Amino acid sequence: MAERALIVRLDQKAPIPLKVAIECAAGELVALVGPSGSGKSTILRAIAGLVRPQSGEVHCNGETWQGAMRFVPPQARHAGLVFQHYALFPHMSASRNVEAALGAVPPAARRDRARELLDLVNLGGLEDRLPHALSGGQQQRVAVARALARDPQVLLLDEPFSAVDQVTRRKLQRELAQLRRRLQMPIVLVTHDLEEAAMLADRMIVLHAGETLQAGPPFELIARPRDVQVARLVDFRNLFHGEIVEHRPEAGQTLVRWLDYTLEAPLRPEFVAGGPVCWGILPAHCILHRRDRPSRGERENPVSGVIGEFVPLGENAAVTMRVAGHADAELQLSIPLHVANRNNLAQGGEIRVSLLRDGIHLMPFQPFDRRAGAARGDGS
Amino acid sequence: MDWSALWLSLKLALATAAVLLPFSVLLARELAWRRFAGRAAVEAFVALPLVLPPTVLGYYLLVAFAPQSALGQAFAALTGGTLAFSFTGLLAASIVFNLPFAVQPVQRAFESVPEQVREAAWLCGMSRWRTLWKVELPLAWPGLLGAFVLTFAHTLGEFGVVLMVGGNIPGETKTIAIAIYDRVQALDDHAAGAMSALLLGISFVSIAVIYTLDRARRHRG
Repeated sequence: MAERALIVRLDQKAPIPLKVAIECAAGELVALVGPSGSGKSTILRAIAGLVRPQSGEVHCNGETWQGAMRFVPPQARHAGLVFQHYALFPHMSASRNVEAALGAVPPAARRDRARELLDLVNLGGLEDRLPHALSGGQQQRVAVARALARDPQVLLLDEPFSAVDQVTRRKLQRELAQLRRRLQMPIVLVTHDLEEAAMLADRMIVLHAGETLQAGPPFELIARPRDVQVARLVDFRNLFHGEIVEHRPEAGQTLVRWLDYTLEAPLRPEFVAGGPVCWGILPAHCILHRRDRPSRGERENPVSGVIGEFVPLGENAAVTMRVAGHADAELQLSIPLHVANRNNLAQGGEIRVSLLRDGIHLMPFQPFDRRAGAARGDGS
Repeated sequence: MDWSALWLSLKLALATAAVLLPFSVLLARELAWRRFAGRAAVEAFVALPLVLPPTVLGYYLLVAFAPQSALGQAFAALTGGTLAFSFTGLLAASIVFNLPFAVQPVQRAFESVPEQVREAAWLCGMSRWRTLWKVELPLAWPGLLGAFVLTFAHTLGEFGVVLMVGGNIPGETKTIAIAIYDRVQALDDHAAGAMSALLLGISFVSIAVIYTLDRARRHRG
């Protein structure tokens, strides 16, 4: 078996532009993320053989599904696809939906095999229900069982959790995380939910306007986007301009001037001293200085300001801090609600935070407009 | 009651539906799913019998069926018979004027089968024919049955085109609608009334069947 079980290279100008290179190993789950209209679903459809891009290649386990002179029809590809709205056969029971994909199994054994597959997705006992008598989550499970029925060489999931309520979504996501450990084939998941990608994927690929911008482990991508464009796409909220002061290789640090502050950041000698730079930090890397319990960590890039907004969101509070003396410089913080309560955080209150040195991420300078979505290219 | 006219009408209606339905399935699928140049023209042509006066349609068919015409000569060379004023000609005319009644319900039915459901069938390994047989037709069958009923009822009731193309030859082209007209002309109110009541009943039941099917389809969808 080839080391990269699935290799996809697509290149076309119309009807929608595509310029992508995707590889996925056996047993690996790759998430394609990007705004609506970035070509995510089209890529899945091209892998499945439902569309034929102008030029490109699709190889799976050493077999060429699409090449210069070759286009294997979807019937012959052995690709399992879970559609966004499942596309179950409405006139067939759950079991018959799965049996429909068991053409290679002797007829007498199909029903038992379908039952095994439905058990695998926790649907035992509902074999004879018609799709309209199943809940959204149950329908999704039938779709997964049907996609797995042909022993597919690749499993493709097109926003498989978008059509159910949030409680069901979390449940189905946990089930998929469990299920995938038992699957040996490459899995490609299309989603616009970054949390979902981070939770399920081994690698994440960020797409914009049909182009792959960056690929890597989800946390790597979310914490260290390649540039401002990727940062916007992965919803990186604290993005600022600064200036490189100097590099201190002996301390492993690069100093960055930002407003009145000189921030310590991990060493990045590729940026020219004295030159402009973009930098960013995740809200989770901004640590609140607690009034009740000062600590040594407070000497690490301390910044003070006033609370602009304070919005409790579940276990955490989303807090914006206006940097003292710079009304237009706002830091977004995420503070555990119990910490926020103990420190009596409220709108208008003064606070101090530390920007964790290792959390400060430098990117090439690029002018950006502070208006929301300016660099986002959001088509939705 | 003119039993031979009723039998002829039933024969014509069944033959029309039998020829037209398979053809409608093929044409309606293309119209429902394929985007091709001239699609609007084909749809307009199919719908034309809805708006043309039967006499206009009948006139053109009569011209086309004339023994001197290309079609008439080709038919004569093939079968030795004539199209005008024969049952075969009547059947050909019936197929043309029933086009919208057969094609449109089937087209609506295929349009209501989601594209992704067909794609899912292909990914299950089903060939195009197997997909048609196992997925598309089971989902579209109310439309097919509706097309059958409409075609059947409409053929029984057609008057103008039949008169133009077929004339009034007992046992060959004299359908029940013609027979009613014939009986009224002959002041035979009793026979005309009986045959009218029969047609009324058949038409009412047909329409009721279509509405019931449509409700069943919407309920399931």
